[in-house]
Amino acid sequence: MSDVLNSVDSHNLDIFKEIGNIGAGNAATALAGMLNKKVLMSVPEVNIVSFNDIINILDGPENVVVGILVDMSGGLSGYILMVLEVEDAYELISIAMNEEKKPPENFNADSLNELEKSSLTEMTNILVGAYLSAICSLTNLTVKPSVPQLAIDMVGAIISIVAIEYGKIGDSVLFLKTNFSDENKDMTGHFFLIPDFESYKILIESLGMSI
Amino acid sequence: MALITVGMADLNVASAPDILTTLGLGSCVGVVIYDKLRLIGGLAHIMLPSSNGHGGQNRAKFADTAIIDLMKKMEQLGAKRNALISKLAGGAHMFAGTSAKNVLRVGERNVAACIQILNFLKIPIIANDTGGNYGRTIEFYTQTGELKIKTIGHGEKII
Repeated sequence: MSDVLNSVDSHNLDIFKEIGNIGAGNAATALAGMLNKKVLMSVPEVNIVSFNDIINILDGPENVVVGILVDMSGGLSGYILMVLEVEDAYELISIAMNEEKKPPENFNADSLNELEKSSLTEMTNILVGAYLSAICSLTNLTVKPSVPQLAIDMVGAIISIVAIEYGKIGDSVLFLKTNFSDENKDMTGHFFLIPDFESYKILIESLGMSI
Repeated sequence: MALITVGMADLNVASAPDILTTLGLGSCVGVVIYDKLRLIGGLAHIMLPSSNGHGGQNRAKFADTAIIDLMKKMEQLGAKRNALISKLAGGAHMFAGTSAKNVLRVGERNVAACIQILNFLKIPIIANDTGGNYGRTIEFYTQTGELKIKTIGHGEKII
């Protein structure tokens, strides 16, 4: 089996960029509504990168990050993983709780209390939902997200989920990165779309591409 | 003394006093094979249980092909089959709540596949630190045969 992502040429990559654009636009609108102020977003970067490069994009395999995994079911099955730097996770918690929160020294899996975890989960629902609705509107598929699952650990360990799924078909992953900002804060969301193998074909075909 | 880093879906060998390391193992498994008499070590960062149906891909990615290749590479460096032992680390279940789907049990399946191949090759597994829901960075000291395991919030140990 050849690397399926090889079939994603520059034209096809543009279609994934469009998913990224619409998704990030939806997400910025949702954040702006919650913050009650203007939220700017960068043009999303959409790239196909090798396993070992993806880890380096996120500051090396041992960097501690927050990973939030959402299960997709319905028209597509698979996962969406959002990876946040710790500071950015705290920005989202601060927004949700309407109260300034900072990460403690030696941040680890036990640092977040239940309220902070559920705030982060709720924000993930909104952000991932924004991308899912972009996918649904471009593909005419109905995709349902699960309750998000949280893990706080080294980048390498979190990304292993993505790498393993894509590993079945090749040595690279599809990756979206968007920067959100308002006048005094900015944060970066890293999104990995991880359709299972059958769903990958459905996704590509629904977007009018061929493998 | 060199510190040799093994990437994801990769493998390498070294002899004393070099150190082999792989960073941020999650559901992947770090397999160490060691010739304790000749102080020759090997480390593979394995991603999936079986190469079956994945012909032509990177052999270091799969338990069955990676472990055999690692052993051969060690033999080229002078290691002898009957002196080999092994140690395992990793195979975590990173997102604990999503057990319903088979795919996220891949950590467990990776560990089981490694054990099966090592048993088949008659390489004794003398220590392991697998499972759980956390990542591991590992360092293997070819001089002493010690495998150091570092985690975020779950301590550090030597097996």
